[in-house]
Amino acid sequence: MVKEIERKLPVVHVCTIVPISQTVGANRIVPAIAIPHPLGDPTKTEEEEKVIRRRLVEKALRALQTEITEQTVFTD
Amino acid sequence: MAYRIVHYINQFYAGIGGEEKADVTPEIREDVVGPGLAFKAAFGTDAEIVATVVCGDSYFASNMEKAGAEIIGMIKKYEPDAFVAGPAFNAGRYGTACGAMCEAVSKEFNIPAVSGMYPENPGVELYKKSAYIIETPDSAAGMRKAVPAMAKLLLKLLAGTKLGTPAEEGYIERGIRKNKFFGKLAADRCVEMFVAKLKGEPFVTEYKMPVFDRVPPQPAVKDMKNAVIALVTSGGICPKGNPDHIEASSASKYGEYDITGVMDLTSDKYCTAHGGYDATYADADADRVLPVDVLRGMEKEGVFKKLHNKFYATVGNGTAVASARRFGAEIVGKLVADGVTAVILTST
Repeated sequence: MVKEIERKLPVVHVCTIVPISQTVGANRIVPAIAIPHPLGDPTKTEEEEKVIRRRLVEKALRALQTEITEQTVFTD
Repeated sequence: MAYRIVHYINQFYAGIGGEEKADVTPEIREDVVGPGLAFKAAFGTDAEIVATVVCGDSYFASNMEKAGAEIIGMIKKYEPDAFVAGPAFNAGRYGTACGAMCEAVSKEFNIPAVSGMYPENPGVELYKKSAYIIETPDSAAGMRKAVPAMAKLLLKLLAGTKLGTPAEEGYIERGIRKNKFFGKLAADRCVEMFVAKLKGEPFVTEYKMPVFDRVPPQPAVKDMKNAVIALVTSGGICPKGNPDHIEASSASKYGEYDITGVMDLTSDKYCTAHGGYDATYADADADRVLPVDVLRGMEKEGVFKKLHNKFYATVGNGTAVASARRFGAEIVGKLVADGVTAVILTST
């Protein structure tokens, strides 16, 4: 799915299992928290969780604004 | 004396539980468990399963290096002659774990390792070069076919018997080329193939061209302040009750959902249709999969111009590659028509 989107629009893949995303062929990859809650952490309070989520989304937007020539995992 | 085999299975096949138990840490049992019974029958007196490693699929997928090292440590004392993992059919995390363990074990102990998977399992692409993976059907209904084929290949590897081609042995091609002498010159063989092709007759190439299915990256978003951002997910987020009946696995469709005025995905209105992970956390707060709440906040702050008023969702659980390709192509067509600048795609 990510690859078909990339044919026409810049896309960032926020996902937990990075090796699968790399194999599938996503170009901009942001590693997420965990499989059942990629953009959250139920062990934290709702406020803390939102901070974590915001950080990941900011990273995703940064990835979209970064010129790349090859598959790139945005770890920080 | 029978060969000593260690078998790897997930929490489901060990009878521990389904997705709600997918985060269990690795354990070892000095016993034949689940599909191990079928292997026992297939091995006969030639080999015996001396231990079974059980690990939760999510635990392994989220901690690949750590889990791999833990399991290597656990199986050392059993001094295995060979390792068998799965079969995983079309289960993605399970297949990834099986492939990773086959690779790690054969590297660490220098022993043969065999798994079994459906060709679209992501574990195949990741590990087919380093492991022997028997091609299986896409579901456990294929167990009776998969296990004897895996056992047979493993026993051949143990005995050091020369293997035939992947097609003859039933395993997925590993990309290894071997020289072979033919009676006929290459030019003759080539022309014969070409004539067969022209006539529409079947022929077998001697060297398959690799398929590079890559898409070059799009240029970066230059002007985020004026960008329209859209959300797409394979995590199955949908309005409560799953109005489009998106399947919990092997999805045949995706949904398009209007979020005009929606500031937060609350549990009374949104849930997940996904059957491949524990839905507890997504059902309680779907923003954990599809971050509408923080994107609304950033939209308000002017970080970007607009969050697109529709999101697209499907379930990426055993979904056929052809279906996913079609969903992606259709979705991006709609997004372009709606003036979207860039996409955040989330996966569980």
